[in-house]
Amino acid sequence: MVPTHYYLILSAILFGLGVVAFVFRRNIITIFMSIELMLNAVNLAFVAFSQAWNRLDGQVFVLFVIVVAAAEAAVGLGIIILIARNRQSLNVERVDLLKL
Amino acid sequence: MPILDNLWIIPLLPLLGSAVNGLFGSKWPKKIVDGVAVGSTGLSFLCALEAVREFFQLSPEQIPWVKQYFSWIAAGNFRAGFDLQIDQLTVVMVLVVTGVGWLIHIYSMGYMAHEGGYYRFFSYLNLFMFFMLILVLAANYVLLFVGWEGVGLCSYLLIGFYFLKKSAADAGKKAFIVNRIGDFGFMLGMFLLFRTFGTLDFLPLFAKAAPMQPDAMGQFGTLTVASLLLFMGATGKSAQLPLYVWLPDAMEGPTPVSALIHAATMVTAGVYVVARSHVLFTHAPTAMLVVAIVGCATAFFAATIGLVQTDIKRVLAYSTVSQLGYMFLACGVGAFSAGIFHLMTHAFFKALLFLAAGSVIHAMGGEQDMRHMGGLSSKIRKTYATMLAATLAIAGFPPLAGFFSKDSILLGAFQSENGGHILYAVGLLTALLTSFYMFRVIFLTFHGKERYDEHHVHVHESPNSMLVPLMILALLSVVGGWLAAPGLWGGTDYFTRFLGPVFGSAEAAGGESAARALELPLAGVAFFTALVGFSIAFWLYLKKPGKPEELAKSFKGAYTTLLNKYYVDELYAAVVVKPLLWISRDVLWQAVDVKVIDGAVNGIATGTTDIGDNVRHTQSGNTRSYAVWVVIGAIVIITIIFWPYLKPAAVGMVR
Repeated sequence: MVPTHYYLILSAILFGLGVVAFVFRRNIITIFMSIELMLNAVNLAFVAFSQAWNRLDGQVFVLFVIVVAAAEAAVGLGIIILIARNRQSLNVERVDLLKL
Repeated sequence: MPILDNLWIIPLLPLLGSAVNGLFGSKWPKKIVDGVAVGSTGLSFLCALEAVREFFQLSPEQIPWVKQYFSWIAAGNFRAGFDLQIDQLTVVMVLVVTGVGWLIHIYSMGYMAHEGGYYRFFSYLNLFMFFMLILVLAANYVLLFVGWEGVGLCSYLLIGFYFLKKSAADAGKKAFIVNRIGDFGFMLGMFLLFRTFGTLDFLPLFAKAAPMQPDAMGQFGTLTVASLLLFMGATGKSAQLPLYVWLPDAMEGPTPVSALIHAATMVTAGVYVVARSHVLFTHAPTAMLVVAIVGCATAFFAATIGLVQTDIKRVLAYSTVSQLGYMFLACGVGAFSAGIFHLMTHAFFKALLFLAAGSVIHAMGGEQDMRHMGGLSSKIRKTYATMLAATLAIAGFPPLAGFFSKDSILLGAFQSENGGHILYAVGLLTALLTSFYMFRVIFLTFHGKERYDEHHVHVHESPNSMLVPLMILALLSVVGGWLAAPGLWGGTDYFTRFLGPVFGSAEAAGGESAARALELPLAGVAFFTALVGFSIAFWLYLKKPGKPEELAKSFKGAYTTLLNKYYVDELYAAVVVKPLLWISRDVLWQAVDVKVIDGAVNGIATGTTDIGDNVRHTQSGNTRSYAVWVVIGAIVIITIIFWPYLKPAAVGMVR
């Protein structure tokens, strides 16, 4: 059986990649994908713990996260399409109206 | 005992008059204002007379008669009530205050007739009567202090009555501020008395103080310190060295005010307090000596300044300071009843002098400089006659009032154990100066050549409302001293005997027979001194009118020093006022207030703005930078939570 901390390390690496991508990429689509990556890294950690402690709570959480992620993807893609339409660009640095 | 049971009515009547005139007087014609003001004080005087009549029916053990009306301050075991007290000393004071005060109110109707703010003047004057009566009727130091401060307030208001004139407004402020210095001492004295005796009511306080062991000469025990502090208050209110400077300037006020407040009543409050606290003072020989020396020095000092002043009211002001010095001299040598006696006679003749001077000023159309008067005796005969009576009284010619009172003070000084002969000599010299400067006023004003422009000044006698009070006061100045007259030929001094129950053992215990033997020769010397003063003035100002100027030229230094009042005002300005102004303006205002306090407030404001300006840039609107902050925050929180587990690992890594 694969030891739990293998899963956890993989999860941490995926999450870290997601964070780095979120911070450094400019394309909104890529950022959106990095968010999905972080969510799934967390999902991985959940199922790993679920298996390690032989309890179902983790898997239930994962199902919830998947559902929320699907909803988020629907809303988020809609927003992205609007931005692309209004600005003719997907560069996130040009979407900075929310400031003082 | 309708009045004795309701003593409050005596001070309350003038207060009512003041309130009514102050609130409604501006809309009323002068007649009604007159009626309210003079009526309320007149009624108060009648009540005082009735109270005195009832007082004489009391049996000796009922005196002092204390009435407690209501509790004013109660805190812990401290109680200060609205308690009024009447004893022989109060009787004298109340009669002087209401009687002379009423006469001066009547006089003011004529004198102030053409002045603006007529109702305001009478409102203040009535308010003054109220506070002065509270002062003399109070049965504890706290209530006395209320009156004490109240008369100070009215003094300020009335000195600055012509408030559009800067010198008058300044003089008012000066009087108020100088008095604060004395009041500071007075309050400290009260606090010390309360700490020592646990009460500020006169009767229990003095009952507790009386059996105490008196301090030795030169020993500063509690009673000595308390007495000195009270005396400090008295020097402020009664214009003694070194706080006398406000009184001459107070002459900026209308003349009736000078007569009532700055000659007859308020300025004698200090003497009254010292006499009232005689139990404390007689237990403090050092304080007594200080009182005597200060009084004596002030008497002489002020008299010398009075020699050369040319403003008629200023001469009288310095004369008042000088006479108050006499009263303190009397108290200081233990002759309290002589001091109070002089207080009473002085109230008569000094009020008269001021009112007569006011009549002269009125006649001259506002001129106060004696160099521009002269030869008025034939034109305003009645004023001249009354003023001459007052002058004879203050100069000490028998059988007028001043002769007897001054004589008993000098006798007390002569008998005093502590340097009495020096005090006597200075007192006698002052009497000579007094006689001289008063006759100088008379000769300069009423005799000699007319030195005014007859075409411009229409000299006229004053109206009857002014002359009648003058005549009554002149009568009192003549006969007021006769109460003490029998002492001169070995009989009973009625006044001293009347005040006996108050001062009792406090009076100088000099041998009675020795005193009697001394009295006549000393009186003779005093009379001779007065004559010498008169003769010098007569010779200098009537026989050789050019002589004074020659003298002034040949003693230029001394003359200018006197004319400039020993430069005391300049000295105070340099030593006290300038440094205080410097501290206030350059240190407290420009440095502490502007730089430190304002600086702190403004600094906090600009600091907050700057911080905000800087922090604002973190709110860039760039989503990814927010994400960076979130990550950094998450890392910090995780580090903090897991620090206990991470620490051994980190330490191990370093090793």
